[in-house]
Amino acid sequence: MEFLSGNEAIARGAWEAGCHIGTAYPGTPSTETMETFATLPDVYAEWCPNEKVALEVAMGASAAGARVLVTMKHVGVNVCADPLFTASYTGVNGGLLLLAADDPGMFSSQNEQDSRYYAMASLVPILEPSDSQEAYDLAKAAYGLSEEFDVPFMIRSTVRISHTKTPVEVGQREAVPVKPYETDPAKWVMMPAFAKPRRKVVVKRVEAMKQWVETCPFNRIERGDDSIGIICAGAVYEHIKEACPDVSVFKLGVTWPLPAQALRDFAQSVDKVYVVEEASTYLSDAVRACGVALDEFVVPLPPDGEVHPEDILRSLGRPLPPHRDTPQDVPGRPPALCPGCPHRLVFKELARLKAIVTGDIGCYTLGALPPLSAMDTTLDMGASVSMAHGFELALAGSEHRPVVGVIGDSTFAHSGLSSLVNTVYNRGAGTICILDNRTTAMTGQQGNPFNGITLQDRESTELNLPAILEALGVDHVSVVDPLDMKAVRATLKEAVSRDELDVIIFQSPCVLLSKEKEPTYFVNEKCRACGVCVSLGCPAISTDRESGFTSIDPELCNGCGQCEQYCAFGAIEQA
Amino acid sequence: MFMSESQTYTILLCGVGGQGTITAADLLARVASAAGKCCKVSEIHGMAQRGGAVTTVVRFGDKVSTMVCDEGCANNIVSFEITEALRNLAFLAEDGVLVVNDEEIKPLPVLTGKASMPAHARERLVEMGATLIPAGALAREAGTAKCANVVLLGALAPSLPFEFKIWEDVIRENVPPKTIDINIEAFRLGVAYAQGE
Repeated sequence: MEFLSGNEAIARGAWEAGCHIGTAYPGTPSTETMETFATLPDVYAEWCPNEKVALEVAMGASAAGARVLVTMKHVGVNVCADPLFTASYTGVNGGLLLLAADDPGMFSSQNEQDSRYYAMASLVPILEPSDSQEAYDLAKAAYGLSEEFDVPFMIRSTVRISHTKTPVEVGQREAVPVKPYETDPAKWVMMPAFAKPRRKVVVKRVEAMKQWVETCPFNRIERGDDSIGIICAGAVYEHIKEACPDVSVFKLGVTWPLPAQALRDFAQSVDKVYVVEEASTYLSDAVRACGVALDEFVVPLPPDGEVHPEDILRSLGRPLPPHRDTPQDVPGRPPALCPGCPHRLVFKELARLKAIVTGDIGCYTLGALPPLSAMDTTLDMGASVSMAHGFELALAGSEHRPVVGVIGDSTFAHSGLSSLVNTVYNRGAGTICILDNRTTAMTGQQGNPFNGITLQDRESTELNLPAILEALGVDHVSVVDPLDMKAVRATLKEAVSRDELDVIIFQSPCVLLSKEKEPTYFVNEKCRACGVCVSLGCPAISTDRESGFTSIDPELCNGCGQCEQYCAFGAIEQA
Repeated sequence: MFMSESQTYTILLCGVGGQGTITAADLLARVASAAGKCCKVSEIHGMAQRGGAVTTVVRFGDKVSTMVCDEGCANNIVSFEITEALRNLAFLAEDGVLVVNDEEIKPLPVLTGKASMPAHARERLVEMGATLIPAGALAREAGTAKCANVVLLGALAPSLPFEFKIWEDVIRENVPPKTIDINIEAFRLGVAYAQGE
């Protein structure tokens, strides 16, 4: 018996199914899946620059006959939607499993989209576990099914599955040989002449899968009191068993395609039938489309965010446990850039410039929060570069604030590159700051093409960022130490003063990469309580609310020295 | 308070990202598993870990369904920080037990002077029956401030149905070999402090 998170369980299940190759781009809550898979014997695993590349590499490996695991967070499925929809036509050779880890409640994401819509739209079946044992079982079973139905399989997790550890009865790895590959353009070359017959194959396959799910053991009915029947899947199933263990439950392990006849029969067998799901109406709509007339809860479930046992109790009109009130005087505790984060000062300077800052996805999105408050937009991976171009286009010819895009090194490799190609190609202007901290920090310090570290520590090539930018034809490229306030200020000032494209690489390693610490700083008696150092938003610097005098916590201070450069009175010194 | 053997327990560990709540939750789960209980541990990764408020839920019993803790459902809350104890108060069951590390970490809005720490937080928590424990000081007494989370587990231990031997075996097997003695001492100091209250 092992005690595994859902992510670890999926990796283990895939490994036992003989999966040979893993590809991924890290993203919370999916990241540990590929990290775990990479540590298992006799597998090859790699980080790819983005999810589209990851799925395409996986499809190549599958076509060649290997069993493959591809993992990503929910928004990654948007990035690989293009190959996904056509992979449904080509099908597979070696089995392929794609993990989409959703984030209802948005603990670490920009939206709470439901990956099951992708399964339905691309006609790719999707499995949905409700604990780590099922995550393991389903992942392991998916490979045989993928090969049997000749289609990639998806497995949907949510943050409560991916990041909850539960007991798992594991087994042995099955040694599965790589299947032989034979040239077959009618299967693999999706031009119209071949895609049209493959479309017919898809139609037939969907019919076969609809038959399969009617009796598939992953779907099950747990009979309770027949006055209430609830249809559900995933973590919500566990919440239902907690809140109302007495009701009848139709627990789905496959959420596309749905077992239409079995669902109608279940609905007939109970007085009232409900769907419980979170952050989406996917399942309710899909169950209705099967011909089930759903009853409405007296108190509707929350339409957004997670559903918890208390929401289900409330909807069923059942009592909630008594509890104390939350005190009203507890200050918020938002996350913040780490003490010593090398890119803090850049945001301070951007705020000073009163720039319009198009931001991106990563730790540095925290530059949007007070007191730095130096970000105007964040949309998706790579959008900082392309949205900056859009701002420049719309504001052209008017007196406008400088437009500056801010993007991390891994995000730039993910999709900033193609955005920058567009800006260069269309002679766009503006300033792009690449905050190069030598890692993919937010998701836990993974390798990427610009730090040359690979998932299994294989030899790699660290891409030369300035050389790439120059080769692209960027007008002005500079590399600046972001801990040097004067250099940051001067470079930004020069860049925004001209109507040309500037890319500034602010290069300094993430503070979490090094355990070594410079001597800390302290505030001496020269402090005039001006508050400038506090405006850096460093968790090590605090101000006395009454006097305004500041102090530095030596436990938290990492000795980066950014604050010292902002003190006009020489009141901050190094110990 | 000692609860029955067959009950399903819900323990909420809360604190500030980076304080080691996840490690403590992991040790607790191993203790529950070693005692033959089914166990679930739910944690939140990602952005909140950058100094934000974090919670980890450990549930164990003969059968465990949900992995989350709703308001009024935690048999025990172990808070690694005073303000976080207040923030999570609503999650405590009416007869629940609250163990709080007697340490304040100011959140950014307080550091920048935009908000204040809650008034009389310690007194309010004690009034509610919380055990305030100087985990940092006890951890330093044991050998290093880094084992404050194990001191807090020690303070939790007397209210859970596991023999201290199981706790100590699990600690021995799961901390770095060089720190075994320090961690065992930290655990015992936590137990003694809670029992002395």
